[in-house]
Amino acid sequence: MIRFDDVVKRFGDVVVLDELNFSVAPGEFVTLIGPSGSGKTTILRLLMTLEKVTSGQIFVDGECLSHMQRGSRLVPADEKYQRKVRQRIGMVFQQFNLFPNMKVLQNLTEAPIRSLGLSRAEAEERALELLELVGLTEKVNAHPSQLSGGQQQRVAIARALAMRPDMLLLDEVTSALDPELVAGVLALLKDIASSTDITFLCVTHEMNFARDVSDRVLMFDHGQIVEDAVPDKLFSEPDHERTRTFLRAVLERG
Amino acid sequence: MFDNIGLFVETISKGLLLTVEATLGGIVIATILSFVFGLAMLSRLRLVRAIARIYVEFWRGTSEVVQLLWIYFALPVLIGYQIMPLVAGIVVLGLNFGAYGAEIVRGAVQSVPKAQYEGCIALNLTPAQRMRRVILPQSLVEMVPPFNNLFIQLLKGSALLTMITVHEMTYQAREVLITRHVSQAATIWTIVLLFYLVLAILITFGMRLLELWAGRLVGRKPPQRGLLSALRSRRGRAAAITDAAVAGIGHTSDRSGGDR
Amino acid sequence: MIWDWDYAWEVFPKIVGDGLRTAVVATVLGSLVAYTLGLVLALLRRSPIRVVSGITWAFIEFIRSTPLLVQIFFLFFVLPDIGLTLDPMTTGVIALGLHYATYTAEVYRAGIEAVPPGQWEAATALNLPRRRTWTAVILPQAVPRVLPALGNYTISMLKETPLLLMIGVLEIAGVARQVGSRAFRYVEPVTIAGVLFLVLSLAASLLVRWLERRVRYRN
Repeated sequence: MIRFDDVVKRFGDVVVLDELNFSVAPGEFVTLIGPSGSGKTTILRLLMTLEKVTSGQIFVDGECLSHMQRGSRLVPADEKYQRKVRQRIGMVFQQFNLFPNMKVLQNLTEAPIRSLGLSRAEAEERALELLELVGLTEKVNAHPSQLSGGQQQRVAIARALAMRPDMLLLDEVTSALDPELVAGVLALLKDIASSTDITFLCVTHEMNFARDVSDRVLMFDHGQIVEDAVPDKLFSEPDHERTRTFLRAVLERG
Repeated sequence: MFDNIGLFVETISKGLLLTVEATLGGIVIATILSFVFGLAMLSRLRLVRAIARIYVEFWRGTSEVVQLLWIYFALPVLIGYQIMPLVAGIVVLGLNFGAYGAEIVRGAVQSVPKAQYEGCIALNLTPAQRMRRVILPQSLVEMVPPFNNLFIQLLKGSALLTMITVHEMTYQAREVLITRHVSQAATIWTIVLLFYLVLAILITFGMRLLELWAGRLVGRKPPQRGLLSALRSRRGRAAAITDAAVAGIGHTSDRSGGDR
Repeated sequence: MIWDWDYAWEVFPKIVGDGLRTAVVATVLGSLVAYTLGLVLALLRRSPIRVVSGITWAFIEFIRSTPLLVQIFFLFFVLPDIGLTLDPMTTGVIALGLHYATYTAEVYRAGIEAVPPGQWEAATALNLPRRRTWTAVILPQAVPRVLPALGNYTISMLKETPLLLMIGVLEIAGVARQVGSRAFRYVEPVTIAGVLFLVLSLAASLLVRWLERRVRYRN
C-alpha cells in the first residue's frame, strides 16, 4: 500500500529523514513512535503531499507520489496527478484544521461534492451517517468555533472519512486535546479501525493506544527506523537500548 | 457669529452629494481593484505578480495630488478631450486607494493559517476551490476593519477634488463661502469638518455591519458591545494590516511548523 | 508632439530645485511635530483621568476622520483671527504635524502595549518612580520597535505635502502646476513631478525596510 524507497528529507541543513525505507501493507494499522523532532510527522506530511521529498521515492499503491510517467521519462508530478493520488489518502491533523467559515455539515460535504463529485443529497446523507458514527448528530448546524476540542476532532475524523479514503493518516490527533477528552477520541478511532479495512498510519504519544490497536509499531529516532516490531514485542522486550530509554521516559511521565 | 449658519450649511450641503458620489464611486472601483490586484499578487505566475506589484507601487508612490493634476491637466493634451472632473476624480480615487486595498487583500489572505491550506489539500480541493470556498471567506473578516480605515482615507481624499474644480463640500466652502464671509472662517470650516466627521461615522457603521456579517461567516459571536463602540474598534489588528498596506511591507503570517 | 524633451529639460531644474527642497523641509519639520505630539497624545490617551483620556480620544478620532486639506484651510484662515499670523509654510507644517500626530499616537500606543506586562511588574517590584519607569524601562523598549511604522507615516506625509499648494506653499507638485500654467503645457512638469514622487517614496520605503530589519534583528 505504502512504500518508502531511500527517502531523504532535509529542511535546509537539517536532515529530518535519512534514507528511510519501510512499507505498509493494505489494511494494516501502523503506529510511529519516537521523540519529538524525529521525523514522524514529516512522513505523514510527505504522504499527504504537504512537503516534497529531497530525494528518494514514495509509492502509494505502486504509484509514485512525487513523479509521474510522461512518455518514457519520469517528470515531477503536476497538480492533476497529485490530486489523483491524493484521492485515496485522508488525514486528521493535530489542530483539527476545520474550516471555521463553514458549519459542521458543510465541512463534511464540501470536499465530497467538489472533489469526489457527489450530489448534495448523497454527500449530506453520508455526512449524517458519519456524524452519527462520531456521536455528534446534534451538532450538524453548529460552527466549529462552538465545539469543544474533542468534538472538533471528531468532526475532523468524520470529514476525513467522508472522502472514503483507503488510507488514513493520523497526526498526533489527541495532542491538542484536554486530557479528559482524549479517551473518547481514541475509542472512536479504535472502533473505526476494527470495523473498516482502511490502512492506518498513526503518529501518537499515547502508548497504550498504540499497543492496543496497532498491527506494527515503528520506533523512530534521528530520521531513521530504530526498531520495527509487533506491539507486544516492542513494548515488552524491545531489542534496542534507544527504544527502551524512550519508552521508559514516556511511561514515567505518565 | 452665528448669523449665517443656515446659509453656510445650505451651501455646503450643495457639495454633499458630489462628495458622497465621489466617495462611493471611489469605494466601488477601489474595492474591485483591491481584490483583482491583491489576488494577482498571490498568483503563482511571476508575470502576473510583477504586473500587480507595478500597479501597486505606481499608484501608491505617486502622490494623489500629482495623479489628479496629471489626469486633469496632462491627459487631455494626450487624448485630445477633457474628462469630466468628477469622473476623473473618481477614477483617481479608485486607482489610488485600490493600490492600498490590494495590500490589504493580500495581507488578509496570507493571514489565514497555513493549516487551512493543508486541510484543503488533505481533502483534495483544487487551488481555485481552496481560495473561493475556504480561504477568501475566512480572510473577509480580517479585511473589513482595515478597509474601514481605507474608505475613511478615501473620503478624506475626495476633498482634493477641489483642485480639479469638482464642486464638492470643500470647494463650496473654499471657493463660494470663504470669498464672501472670510471673517466667519472658523464657523465655516468647523461646519465642513463636522460634515466629514458624520460621513466618516456613517462609513464606520456600515463597515461594522459588514464585519458582523463576515464574522458570522466564520462563526464568530457578535461582540457584546453595540454599534456605538464601532469607532473604538477600528484599532488593534486593523492597524497592523493597514500599516503593512501603507508601507507595502509584507504581512508576516504565523506559519507554525509542528513536529518535524 | 506628445513629449517635448527640450521643455522637459528646461522645467526639470525648477521642479527638482525649489520644489524638492520645500517638500523635504515640510516633511522633515512636519514629521518632527508628528513624532513629538504623537507621543504626547499617546501618553494623554493612557491617562488615568477619564476626562483627559476621553478628550484625547475624541480629538484623535476627529482629526483622523476629517480631511487634512480642510484642516490646512482651517488653520490658514482661523489662526490669524486669534492673533497668530504665521507664514504659510509654518501653518502647513503645523497642520501636517497635527494630522499625522493622531496616527503616530496610535503607533506609540501599540508599541507601549507590546512591552510585556512583566516589565511593568518588575519596575513596580523595584519600586521605580512612575516617571522613571516610563523613561528608563517602557519607552526605551517601545520606541525602537515603532520606528519603521513612524517612517511609513513620514512617507505618507511626503506624498501629502502637495496639499500645501492650496495655501501657496509650492513644493514639487505646486511648482509643476505653476510652471505648467505659465507655458500652458502640463504634460512634462506634472509627469516629472510624478516620477520624482515615485523615486522618493520607493527610496524611502527601502530605507524603512532596512530600518525594520535592523529593529527585528535587535529584538
